[in-house]
Amino acid sequence: MVQFTLPKNSKIRTGKTWPRPAAAKNVRKFLIYRWNPDDGQNPRVDTYFLDMDKCGPMVLDALIKIKNEIDPTLTFRRSCREGICGSCAMNIDGLNTLACIKGLDEIKGDVKIYPLPHMAVVKDLIPDLTHFYAQHASIMPWLETKTNRPAKEWRQSIEDREKLDGLYECVMCASCSTSCPSYWWNADRYLGPAALLHAWRWIVDSRDEATGERLDMLEDPFKLYRCHTIMNCAETCPKGLNPAKAIAQIKKMMVERVV
Amino acid sequence: MRYLTDRKRAEGKGSGHAGTEDHWFMTVSAVALAFLVPVWMFIFGRALGQDHATVVATFGRPFPAIVTGLLLIVGMRHFISGATMMIEDYLRGTARKMAVIGVICLSWATAAAGIFALIKIAL
Repeated sequence: MVQFTLPKNSKIRTGKTWPRPAAAKNVRKFLIYRWNPDDGQNPRVDTYFLDMDKCGPMVLDALIKIKNEIDPTLTFRRSCREGICGSCAMNIDGLNTLACIKGLDEIKGDVKIYPLPHMAVVKDLIPDLTHFYAQHASIMPWLETKTNRPAKEWRQSIEDREKLDGLYECVMCASCSTSCPSYWWNADRYLGPAALLHAWRWIVDSRDEATGERLDMLEDPFKLYRCHTIMNCAETCPKGLNPAKAIAQIKKMMVERVV
Repeated sequence: MRYLTDRKRAEGKGSGHAGTEDHWFMTVSAVALAFLVPVWMFIFGRALGQDHATVVATFGRPFPAIVTGLLLIVGMRHFISGATMMIEDYLRGTARKMAVIGVICLSWATAAAGIFALIKIAL
């Protein structure tokens, strides 16, 4: 449900300012959200300074440098470093994106880094994605068939395969869902752009034989129709995908079933 | 405290099997309003500032009366769906139900009052 103010224990205070690197000429300021569930304190924003002449080009490079050389307690997820795993999704300079493919040169002024918005925080930049993953599981993200398994393989034409382009590339980073106001207010019932994009990926798959069941499952004022075409999802997707279009396609197919 | 699995929380009470007809109605009524609103604004604009007898005569004619009647019914029905969706976004529980009932009552009352006035003018 909508909340206009943060709860008392979530109000962010000014945190520690770490020393500037000595003798560095090209210094950049990083403001990073910190919260530790074990110390009972409110979240804070710590200030770090990095010598950009000795730092890689991406935001993730800077975070790794801070963790390795300044503050080993800084906590964040990362893995592939090339935009494939979706682990390092966070809010950078006001936009949800992947730290590994967000260039520091794309950001003007100080670099502000927060966890993905409107999610419970596990620690520092790590959001709790349990519910997000469970919603993804609920749309049955696998091929459902009723026909006996073919001797060789489920065949698909080139044209039908092309329908999956722009859908299969989703890495489930949650940037889109956590940028969606509808998802902020009704995440308990609205599936969100990521889960719906995956739902459409399986609905449109020519090999899948559970189209009706999938549409039945989605036909709900909250699960699907909470999308108000705000388009934040398409704006923020670090992979350049368009979940809003996928949701519109589902709605169109829903209408085709009844009209 | 409830010991629910993540999957059970995500699936909730399952699908309501509703929403498509409302979505289709909103689409169709939006198209209808895109036609009705400018036409009615034109009629209303021409009557604005005229004396009472001219205004009564304008809305007593079939086309302005039908456009106004349609605008009231389609517009208020469209408003009910839109406002209900907005209320569902921001409120929960009893407050949500009360607000939705309030919007429905207010919208139909507005439409009824408008149509009553229109009939009085036309007859």
